[in-house]
Amino acid sequence: MKRIVLALLGLTLLLTLIDGKTIHAAEQWQGVDEAVVGKFAREHGREAKKALIDTGEGDLQLFAFLMAGVVGGFAAGYCWRSLLDGKKRKDAGR
Amino acid sequence: MNRTHNFICAALAALILLPTQAHAMHISEGILPLSWALVWFAASAPFLALGLRTLAARSADDLSSKPLTGMVAAVVFIISCMPVPVPTAGTCSHPCGTGLAAVVLGPSLGVVVAAVALLIQALFLSHGGLTTWGANLFAMGVVGSFSGFFTFRLLRSCGAGPVVAAFAAGLISDWATYATTSLILAAGIRGSSPFWPLAGKIALAFVPTQLPLGIMEGAITAGMVSLLRKKRPDLLARIALKGLEGRET
Repeated sequence: MKRIVLALLGLTLLLTLIDGKTIHAAEQWQGVDEAVVGKFAREHGREAKKALIDTGEGDLQLFAFLMAGVVGGFAAGYCWRSLLDGKKRKDAGR
Repeated sequence: MNRTHNFICAALAALILLPTQAHAMHISEGILPLSWALVWFAASAPFLALGLRTLAARSADDLSSKPLTGMVAAVVFIISCMPVPVPTAGTCSHPCGTGLAAVVLGPSLGVVVAAVALLIQALFLSHGGLTTWGANLFAMGVVGSFSGFFTFRLLRSCGAGPVVAAFAAGLISDWATYATTSLILAAGIRGSSPFWPLAGKIALAFVPTQLPLGIMEGAITAGMVSLLRKKRPDLLARIALKGLEGRET
């Protein structure tokens, strides 16, 4: 079973990697959000709208990820003890 | 075996680092009418509340629950925005990762990690949308997690090995997610068209892409469970194998 799973995974990845280059060159491979969801929605008079917060403009996406990293980092740092060390300290106190 | 692991790691790294355009299966912003968007928010809310409550209760007993949930959320985020081209269909889609999350954390926490992943994708990557967050959460989080978890438990209780059960869990959770997306989309866009024929047409359109991707998701889930079984069996014992340890194969 293990071998079958590994072979299946390897084959899928190989196909994906080989094909990935062609896709990028041709840019003809749509996501199913466009090829299926978008297509059926358009046929029934519904169109996807622009994202409410469009981070595709300039370096906005980079800024958004930086801010998310800053907030996440500070939150993790602030809660570090309760996340990783709290249990030990509580146990040690007993 | 080390060489195989190295090959898989290198292939995965190359896949993640390839500069491909982002594609998703999520329902985009504005596709669902507001009334349907609200219905799916309402349908997902109790499951999300249950998940948050479970997380609070579990982390009161075991502080490592929160970091573990965060790690699994990061895995689900990466897996569910990884575009995979499917040569047989000529389209791209992605696995969901919620089957794996449900096996490791349980179905209610699977909903929580899907909620976080979908929210970040909607905010920063324009995958899905904020108004369609409830619908996407219901398909990927609720249906994906619960179907994956129950498939795993059912097969384990029938005597299947954990790796085989994990493969089926990943496969079923992926296919169930896309079947639900078809139903949600058909209900939202149908207008005066009959519901079931439209839902069937949408589901059939997903088949060429999701059939192989579901198998791939099954393989990923089975591989992860196999690895966890060897390296961290305690993580699986918490939820996935709870009450079934005697049947471990």
